[in-house]
Amino acid sequence: MIDHVEARGGAYADSVTLMQVSKQVSASDGVDTALVAMATELNLELARGMGFTVPGDVSADALLVAIRADEEVALATALAVAEQGLTARPASSAATEAPPRTVASAARSGGNLALISVPGPHAFTEAMDALEAGCDVMVFSDNVPIDQEVRLKSAAAERGLLVMGPDCGTAVIGGIGLGFSHSVQPGPVGVVAASGTGCQQLLCLLDAAGVGVTAALGVGGRDLSSAVGARSTMTALDALDADPATQLIVVVSKPPADDVARAVRAHADTLDTGVQFAFLGETDLTAAAEAAIAAIGVTVPTWASWPGQLVEPRPGALRGLFCGGTLCDEAMLIASAELGVIRSNIALRPEDRIGPTERAAGHLMIDFGDDELTAGRPHPMIDQSLRLERLAAEAADPGTAVILLDVVLGHGANADPAGELAPLIEAAAVPVVASLIGTGADPQGLAAQAATLQKAGAHVFASNAQAARFACGLIQHD
Amino acid sequence: MTDLVRRDPSLITAGIDLLADAAEAQAAPVTRVDWRPPMDGTSADLAAVAADPRRVTANAEAVRRMLDTRALLVDVMPAGDALGLANDDFLHAGPPIAWDRASGPLRGALMGAAAFEGLVGDPDDAAALFQAGAVSLAPCHHHRAVGPMAGVVSASMWLFVLEDPGTGALAYCSLNEGLGKVLRYGAYSPDVLARLRWMADILGPMLQAAVRAHGPIDIKAILAQMLQMGDEAHNRNRAGTLMLLRELMPSLIDSGFPSSDIAEAARFVAGNDHFFLNLAMPACKLTLDAARNIPGSTMVVAMARNGTDFGIQVAGTGAQWFTGPAQVPDGLYLGAFGPDDANPDIGDSAITETAGLGGFSMAAAPAIVRFVGGTVADALATTRRMYEITLAEHPAYSIPVLDFRGAPCGIDVTRVVRTGILPQINTGMAGRVAGTGQVGAGLVTPPAEIFPSALAALASEARAR
Repeated sequence: MIDHVEARGGAYADSVTLMQVSKQVSASDGVDTALVAMATELNLELARGMGFTVPGDVSADALLVAIRADEEVALATALAVAEQGLTARPASSAATEAPPRTVASAARSGGNLALISVPGPHAFTEAMDALEAGCDVMVFSDNVPIDQEVRLKSAAAERGLLVMGPDCGTAVIGGIGLGFSHSVQPGPVGVVAASGTGCQQLLCLLDAAGVGVTAALGVGGRDLSSAVGARSTMTALDALDADPATQLIVVVSKPPADDVARAVRAHADTLDTGVQFAFLGETDLTAAAEAAIAAIGVTVPTWASWPGQLVEPRPGALRGLFCGGTLCDEAMLIASAELGVIRSNIALRPEDRIGPTERAAGHLMIDFGDDELTAGRPHPMIDQSLRLERLAAEAADPGTAVILLDVVLGHGANADPAGELAPLIEAAAVPVVASLIGTGADPQGLAAQAATLQKAGAHVFASNAQAARFACGLIQHD
Repeated sequence: MTDLVRRDPSLITAGIDLLADAAEAQAAPVTRVDWRPPMDGTSADLAAVAADPRRVTANAEAVRRMLDTRALLVDVMPAGDALGLANDDFLHAGPPIAWDRASGPLRGALMGAAAFEGLVGDPDDAAALFQAGAVSLAPCHHHRAVGPMAGVVSASMWLFVLEDPGTGALAYCSLNEGLGKVLRYGAYSPDVLARLRWMADILGPMLQAAVRAHGPIDIKAILAQMLQMGDEAHNRNRAGTLMLLRELMPSLIDSGFPSSDIAEAARFVAGNDHFFLNLAMPACKLTLDAARNIPGSTMVVAMARNGTDFGIQVAGTGAQWFTGPAQVPDGLYLGAFGPDDANPDIGDSAITETAGLGGFSMAAAPAIVRFVGGTVADALATTRRMYEITLAEHPAYSIPVLDFRGAPCGIDVTRVVRTGILPQINTGMAGRVAGTGQVGAGLVTPPAEIFPSALAALASEARAR
């Protein structure tokens, strides 16, 4: 075996491209293992974990290429594969003209909405470009400092523009799903969401009931904190209120700060359009969807499920492994009411917090999409390899009674998440319960993904709340 | 309020390609930014400057002043009268420098100028004078002046005087001596000094008479026309030179000077394709000086080299220079000269690039792309690349081959740091050894590190508010 480790200065590719390159290189003949990634602390740690000797003084802006191969020829081939993957870029429309290098430069030739997904420390600068050019902005990037978020939103307010995010995973504008999103039908409901996956669950349930949306505006998970003061939520409410096609507005968020909740409710009272609040803890996402559907005058359907084989409740711990932070939150709220303490990297109570890679004896839920696990890595909805590793580990743990997962489909997401999970579900000695968040028009195919999960033995639900309740029901407790 | 909800999105994406792919798959129009990380260790400073609420209006003001400032040639006069220089005051190109760090061509030019002013009989004796600090040395830029290459100006040399009629602001530049063995390239042989004497005794007074008789000449108007005629106003000034001569010729003939002197002057100017450079430069200087001292502005107002250091000044940071080592240009050499003979980058002429001409308008001058070692495609790509680091497109300076798009102007420190794209400068190359003269011409960029330095100063000023 030969190890090749190099840190290339001045080279850069986005984390999704790098994940794809890593896969291609790993699949190259004679390659044992490989990692091609930006040299963030997390990725350097990963490389060390893979047994590579990584130099200590690598800049986080460097590109790390670590390959372990049988022999020299295989290594050379693998390096060539990496090179090809790194240089392939989508052809620009005008072959002679180089693409713009900043949002400011791109905005000279038009555009009205910027979608920023550069690494967090650089997102503010690009987003300011967009605002200065008169564009609304969706900041998909996470790891953006909160003072920068406040500045961005204040700058947007001065210009009458909307900042969606930072850490805004989902939006639907003009029928186009942005970030992690779904193909949904047009309709009367406008969504304002401080929670990406919460928004996705709501959109998918509305769609299943035949209720469409005018727009779904993400505002970022911290928008309803005291520091940010719901700046974007207010703007989004006004934008939807001004839209004649929007008949009902639903605001989705984790529980907001009290003063902020009061302010938002007071503002909502001044609008012509009715506003429903879906604050997790006060309600769950499924109940919120049902309330909206009823308010529009549509009959609430029975939510789809794809049952697994009947199993008896058993003693042991619930282990939830999530891609979606809000889905994880919702599951924790439901499960903690039935089972008691749930340890988590995004725990409901600070004293229940554990590190994202830490194991625990009792009930536990991990959000793999948390900032700590996404620095220099794609979101787990794209690359679930960390979750897959953990799934294998939890399934092998004799303390585990039931495993709970979310599987999120849609634009921007992994092409076949169920296919990646299926072998592990099949091999698991414990029941696996999954919520499947998607619509019939999603590129992965809702029915096919459901069938794959069901065939592997999972109990599958379109409602995350129902999945969580079902999982709790499989655990013997007092 | 935003009408985001009621219109079809037209997207600009920066970051993860997959997200742009997904939007395109839904038939949304997408412009992709080829985003790459900024220069090392600059993200906090970039954010601080991006958050500076003064920046947008300050830069708009800097651009407005640069574009609004006119540049009229109003007079020609000796530096002693124009700038109040005594015969032991010497100006030079670039940021401040003392004799001990001065390069060969700058030393050569200073020695020649000392002899020209009569401080020494033999230029070679002048070194001791400068070494002892017995004379004063200052950048042209500190005296509202610019000088090509060594840029040495002394009291007896004649200067073009340019004025902005709106503000009365002035800028100065010496008269161009021609190519080859000339003072500005560090040559100081007797023929070099003899030419300088003729310029001071005959050419200067004659031009003064002609300009005064003619009345103000609009230099920016000539610059605008030059770009339509294959000049980029740094390494090609042929059309500009001829237009100036066309403008002045009747007044020269009427000046009352002996016809032999007029013929000699006409021959001299017509035989020196770079004569107009010394008008292009002060015109650029005048427009950029108007943009100085605007708090919060990130626009570069001067790029200048002294043969040792490359320095920039920025509108938002006052008189401070940000300097790094001048680079050796990459290009073609005259005769038997080679890279070992070349001095690092020298001269105030990069003021043309600072104003959007020269390398920035390379696409306008296909005739000289090979002279600086490139192809026409390179020239187009260079100009297009400069739009990435500039704040404005010049409404008067337009580039025919780019569908008359305005020249990229107003270098933004933050854009340079964000993109890593360095300003492209077309330049002549001086011999490393004092007395050699010109050895070639080519392309050069500033040392990259001066832009993060300038950014850090802008950021600390923004944070201190």
